[in-house]
Amino acid sequence: MAETELHEYDVLVIGAGGAGLRAAIEARERGLRTAIVCKSLFGKAHTVMAEGGCAASMGNVNENDSWQVHFRDTMRGGKFVNNWRMAELHAKEAPDRVWELETYGALFDRTPDGRISQRNFGGHTYPRLAHVGDRTGLELIRTMQQRIVALQQADHAELGDYEARLRVFAECTVTELLTDDDGAVAGAFGYWRESGRLVRFDAPAVVLATGGIGKSYQVTSNSWEYTGDGHALALRAGATLIDMEFVQFHPTGMVWPPSVKGILVTEGVRGDGGVLKNADGDRFMFGYVPDVFKGQYADTEDEADRWYLDQENNRRTPDLLPRDEVARAINTEVKEGRGSPHGGVYLDIASRMPAEEIKRRLPSMYHQFKELADVDITAEAMEVGPTCHYVMGGIEVDPDTGQSRVPGLFAAGECAGGMHGSNRLGGNSLSDLLVFGRRAGLGAASYVEGLERRPVVRDQDVEAAARMTLAPFDPHPGGTGENPYTLHAELQKAMNDLVGIIRTEAEMTEALERLDALRTRVRDVVVEGNRQYNPGWHLALDLRNMLMVGEAVASSALLRTESRGGHTREDHPGLDPEWRRRMLVTRCAGGPDDDPVVPRVVVEPAGREPMRQDLLALFDLAELEKYHTAAELTAYPEGASA
Amino acid sequence: MSYAGRFRVWRGDDAGGELVDFEVEVNEGEVVLDVLHRLQATQTPDLAIRWNCKAGKCGSCSAEINGRPRLLCMTRMSVFEPGEVVTVTPMRTFPVIRDLVTDVSYNYAKAREVTPFTPPPGLAPGEYRMSQADVGRSQEFRKCIECFLCQDTCHVVRDHEENKDAFAGPRFLMRVAELEMHPLDVADRVTAAQEQHGLGRCNITKCCTDVCPEGIKITDNALIPMKERVADRRYDPLVWLGRTITRRRG
Ligand code: SF4
Ligand code: SF4
Ligand code: FES
Repeated sequence: MAETELHEYDVLVIGAGGAGLRAAIEARERGLRTAIVCKSLFGKAHTVMAEGGCAASMGNVNENDSWQVHFRDTMRGGKFVNNWRMAELHAKEAPDRVWELETYGALFDRTPDGRISQRNFGGHTYPRLAHVGDRTGLELIRTMQQRIVALQQADHAELGDYEARLRVFAECTVTELLTDDDGAVAGAFGYWRESGRLVRFDAPAVVLATGGIGKSYQVTSNSWEYTGDGHALALRAGATLIDMEFVQFHPTGMVWPPSVKGILVTEGVRGDGGVLKNADGDRFMFGYVPDVFKGQYADTEDEADRWYLDQENNRRTPDLLPRDEVARAINTEVKEGRGSPHGGVYLDIASRMPAEEIKRRLPSMYHQFKELADVDITAEAMEVGPTCHYVMGGIEVDPDTGQSRVPGLFAAGECAGGMHGSNRLGGNSLSDLLVFGRRAGLGAASYVEGLERRPVVRDQDVEAAARMTLAPFDPHPGGTGENPYTLHAELQKAMNDLVGIIRTEAEMTEALERLDALRTRVRDVVVEGNRQYNPGWHLALDLRNMLMVGEAVASSALLRTESRGGHTREDHPGLDPEWRRRMLVTRCAGGPDDDPVVPRVVVEPAGREPMRQDLLALFDLAELEKYHTAAELTAYPEGASA
Repeated sequence: MSYAGRFRVWRGDDAGGELVDFEVEVNEGEVVLDVLHRLQATQTPDLAIRWNCKAGKCGSCSAEINGRPRLLCMTRMSVFEPGEVVTVTPMRTFPVIRDLVTDVSYNYAKAREVTPFTPPPGLAPGEYRMSQADVGRSQEFRKCIECFLCQDTCHVVRDHEENKDAFAGPRFLMRVAELEMHPLDVADRVTAAQEQHGLGRCNITKCCTDVCPEGIKITDNALIPMKERVADRRYDPLVWLGRTITRRRG
């Protein structure tokens, strides 16, 4: 058996984006020996791409804001299938998490009186997003990265070793979780990308913070790391996923040139005054306000424009409807022939404010279009279209501790499910990372402290994981010798064409057939070269995860016969209150004839827990009636109203 | 719009390597990273490249193109003539791991030597008040994506391995300046800037500023002001006296 390096920790965090770093800080501050394992270099995680901001009801710009208003906005945005306890914790704790970042050294943009400035964003009633120009995610990552360095410096001063209690294993990929005889987490197995050396971590608690699944799609704003690793690792370890049919397509990705198709154009462009127009020059969003939001958005361009200046007396522009609504609207405009030359629509900020102002408020967008598309956004409109951006579904966790159904296995951030329901509001992702990253770190720490004995890794699991990891170098005789890059491209195409924004039963069925064919071919994947920094090998291993996740998305999307948030069925266009009460749970099928390379998944419905009364009372009965069955609302407290 | 591009890519590892010629398809609107990815998918599946965001935001894809330190994902093919040979080599200042991937651990080691942000005692979270004008100076430096191209280009360490111990490089001298200019930070890094981080070795050639993909004015806005602070400290007789007395007591 190949030689394997061994490390022991109390808490192992997989992923070094916002959620992972925040979890690691918490576990280390509780005194536990903590390791972070990440596929990229430290500080490069996909969180750096988050542009707009971090939602928290600090009320610095509009003092009417409160956690209750934030909670309501979040539930509405998610079309009332959010895990309401998570939405509650998130709304209540986000301000403290943002202020905490200032104590680590973060420098947010300021209000005139010196507090943290907050900007408008889709679906948020008040200006709520703490931001740093349009590079807020970078600020979060750098701040927490530097906090981790500060903790390491403290350990160095005390113990003479920077890595005594907190170590980052960068460019290291986890391929399998390890469990003990009772099914509790006992560690993880992986390899160093640089050398190809195998590595094993023994740890009684593992926090998954691996982000999303966007690399299963052809057009995506996500980086290569987003291959659904956490989702798939959790499934294989015995945990469950929920809501996997809900995938967010961000309405504004770049569409031209082809090589940058999908790269994000921040919603901040619209928050700051940019408007969407079709080829006829019409601001088409006024025609797309759905019934559930009627009365909450401006009816005329005049009112919408006045709203930017006076939000007390005007309603907001429909350009800032939740992302699912805007993405569908753009999709329709293009389909009906009113799109821009490269298959998108126009996003115009140039005619709305002076060039200098645009450069000051949206420096990265200016830079991005100038460098990549040769477009000067202060002089002409951008061309934009929907791009796969975020998965609302994820690992089923306990809201308070982040623990999955597997003892010792925790999850936070994008790879965890429930918080955002069927559609995430912009700005709620960075706050989610902080709130639930911290909670998962705490949950893991408390779990470890409460253990009577440490779980023991099973040798046969380690051997199996090593064999699986090295399999692409040792193809079985008579195999078809598949190229991982080709398989990946085919997978992306299937997901993009068949499990995209608008879905039908026939397409979902075809997608599942194509994924099944790919599953067989993945077994025959071969890679050239050796184990040293070999991207073909890395991709071959990531493919297993992408396939499992793709199957979870397509199977869930096939079952949910309604349209809601990030799941639109052409053959079932309406919102169905009966479906509101049900969630779809994905788990590994298991059984003796299971495929060890890409285990099969099954999806089954389960009930959702009804919302607590005091939270229900935060809404008007009339609004709740749009989403709930009559029977569910008999518990609505007498005399309550928002 | 497609043409066969001529590429010369360095391939090898820490034991040595060579430039290898390739002909590979180039399409309209592509960047160098797109073409290298096509090379991976069609001719050299094990070509090692470090990248992540493909949008100039993560600072992973640093390398040298025709000898100039650049981000692979932000270098458009349209800046070259179709017949021109495009030479891609790894960053020269850092040890090669494989192909275009280098060992940048020097930078992470230097990051650990800078005294971290130190808030005033007793200031509670939520009570921080700073004006936009005051945070603006440090914010410019916090745009840094840690691509380390400035570190790669600085002549103090480029081809001078022996200087690495005593020199933090422009990125981390700028980090010192960023913290010194933080409106609420109470730590003092001025002496350390000179004595530990090697600020004195910088002779303000501005090569770092020239290659910074974020357009940060590293030299003018961070390094020169830091040098001024060091100079003030040195020639201010009161400070000199204070330091001498403290030293005697210690
Ligand atoms: S200005 Fe200083 S730090 Fe920058 S490249 Fe020149 S010597 Fe190096
Ligand atoms: S200062 Fe500029 S060149 Fe240097 S690491 Fe940061 S972004 Fe790169
Ligand atoms: S890949 Fe992120 S900067 Fe080039």
